[in-house]
Amino acid sequence: MSSYHRRQLAAVFWLLGHVLLAHAAPQEPPKKQTTADHGKLEALKGPFKSGPEVTQACLSCHNLAGHQVMKSIHWQWEADSPTTGKRLGKKWAANNFCGSVLSNETRCTSCHAGYGWTDQSFDFSRQENVDCLACHDTTGTYRKFGTDAGHPLYADREFEPMEGPPGKKRFKAPDLTRIAQHVGKSGRANCGACHFNGGGGDGVKHGDLDSSLQNPPRELDVHMAKDGPNMACADCHTFNAHQPSGSRYAATAKDRHGLDLPKDDHDRATCESCHGSAPHRQARIDRHTGKVACQTCHIPEFARGGVATKMLWDWSTAGRMDGDGRPLFIKDGHGHLQYSAAKGDFGYGENVRPEYKWYNGVVHQLAITDKLDGLIDEQGVLELNRVEGSAKDPNARIWPFKVMRGKQPYDPVNRTLVVNHVYGDDDTALWKNHDFAKSIQAGMDYAGLPYSGRFDFVETRMNWFITHMVAPKEKAVPCQDCHTRSGDGRLAAITDIYLPGRDTQGWVDLLGGLMIAGAIGGGLLHGGIRIASRRKEKTK
Amino acid sequence: MNERIYIYKRYERFWHWSQALLIIVMMVTGFEVHGSYALIGFEQAVQAHTLAAWALLVLWAFTIFWQFTTGEWRQYLPSLKNVGAMIRYYTIGIFTNAPHPFRKTVAQKHNPLQRLAYLALLAFISPLIWGSGIFYLFYGDWAKFGLDRSLSLAWVATLHVLGAYMITAFFFIHVYLTTTGHTVFAHVKAMITGWEEVDERH
Repeated sequence: MSSYHRRQLAAVFWLLGHVLLAHAAPQEPPKKQTTADHGKLEALKGPFKSGPEVTQACLSCHNLAGHQVMKSIHWQWEADSPTTGKRLGKKWAANNFCGSVLSNETRCTSCHAGYGWTDQSFDFSRQENVDCLACHDTTGTYRKFGTDAGHPLYADREFEPMEGPPGKKRFKAPDLTRIAQHVGKSGRANCGACHFNGGGGDGVKHGDLDSSLQNPPRELDVHMAKDGPNMACADCHTFNAHQPSGSRYAATAKDRHGLDLPKDDHDRATCESCHGSAPHRQARIDRHTGKVACQTCHIPEFARGGVATKMLWDWSTAGRMDGDGRPLFIKDGHGHLQYSAAKGDFGYGENVRPEYKWYNGVVHQLAITDKLDGLIDEQGVLELNRVEGSAKDPNARIWPFKVMRGKQPYDPVNRTLVVNHVYGDDDTALWKNHDFAKSIQAGMDYAGLPYSGRFDFVETRMNWFITHMVAPKEKAVPCQDCHTRSGDGRLAAITDIYLPGRDTQGWVDLLGGLMIAGAIGGGLLHGGIRIASRRKEKTK
Repeated sequence: MNERIYIYKRYERFWHWSQALLIIVMMVTGFEVHGSYALIGFEQAVQAHTLAAWALLVLWAFTIFWQFTTGEWRQYLPSLKNVGAMIRYYTIGIFTNAPHPFRKTVAQKHNPLQRLAYLALLAFISPLIWGSGIFYLFYGDWAKFGLDRSLSLAWVATLHVLGAYMITAFFFIHVYLTTTGHTVFAHVKAMITGWEEVDERH
């Protein structure tokens, strides 16, 4: 071998080695480079004694941020649905969890992106009441206290949670000055502090959002996994001038735009924004994307991270006392509250298979002021947010949903849902006094809504589309989960399509069966006679 | 002593057996796709079925070429002559050990009933199953050609399944009829070796 050839061969091996090594050990992504060290800024020297003080310091440089946040749903808790025009948001939309923010503000607004929304007199125009730290703390130590209208603790406090183990627990006040000096981009924990705990606890509301996503394994969330792309919520829910993308009232049920390039609108809250509309290796699977949402196959179950989600909430049984006249709280074997004197009966689910429905992005979300006439079905069930769509609808795709079952108070005379005053240290709040007559009257009075004075309970359903906890591709729903004759196939409820492997027309199977039976039977008969006649011939 | 004639040429035998294999694969996987049973999984069944379909199309392309270059296509020209004799043989003669009314030659390897059967397969079942199959396969492209308004997947699939039942029935009859040679395996042997022993009693 000449030295020239040897050198060539060496070069090939060198290249090959590099290629192989590059595959074996992916390079660490570059550390996020920033051009400012907030810890060295004069404005953030502190010391800060309250949240609004920190905000004012932030605004001294970020002089547009306050008003940007104040336009967002995170601040207003109110939005007009772009599809139905209806006024919605947390202030108005009915749900079958705790019910209404109204009259319960100090508790609910612990997740408001602001400070001090204690009652209806809250001034939504004061930018120093915007809470910057909830979203921008990078130390993981900032906590809005559960009952202080969005404020964190400013001094350590002893507190006994209603449904926890008896006895006071000590809660530490966060170090606002240190936090203010360590602000940055929102991470999973920032969003999660509220969105993982919707409905009043870990994983309660959504089913696909809970604390297991703070640091999820690849199996649970292929995008946010540390050993994967380690993405943050805001990598998909891109913000533009503090306006989040992605909406429950106007979901993009079918993204016709596809890839979101730098020249586009920086709204990446769809799978297609990054993956395009034909992301599979097989064209046959790509063909599903016109009718089947990505989530339907790629999120086989929700509540997969070891945190149970609430599937049922029956308010009608609330109020039971134990033998000593104290409110009754019963936990199940997993430590989940099964019964609460304050809230009624609960049902939970883990690794839950979603229900599937056509969905075109239009949701008929009930507001607390809506008349219920004609909305309660024959089974007496009220669907709080019917989703629209059918096989014929070009904008609809089959989506996965968590269907939350509830039973909640309503006014059978005026035929509306009611505002239930659940939280407060007074003599009407349900969680303290366990008396619906008082708590509903107080809630309706507070809201200024008409109330007949009579209440009853109605079964309700609420649809929560499932879009997080995307599994790795090898864990996607296998074809035969839908393409099956089995009565419990995943798409058994989707009846307005012909689904190969599930559907057939009886006559063709009958006719075909007769043809095959005739062919085999005819052969057997003919052959039998041949054998018999041969034998006769031989014996002759 | 029976006369031996070389009746099935090498390509013809290759065609027959590879086509048999492909059709069996398509029957087994096709009825799984239809939901009649679960065997290898829907996805695998669809993949195998599609692959076998393309393979059979390629095989047919070669075979059509072969039929025309060798003139063998004439073997499929129908004739009603002696059909009655064939029917009589299969319904009566075969039980009384009557001689076969048809004598195979290299120029005429199919009896008149066979000719009719293969022609029906070619002219009726084959277009039904291939036509519906191609539309089924390209379901995703219907919209591109404006076909999604006029075609229904339910009907395309049902016609395809109907064709599949017919082929399957044909398959069983075909396999049974291989046993009607002068010995039970005579026809099968001929299709493997190419040599057919022709009955001298004619």
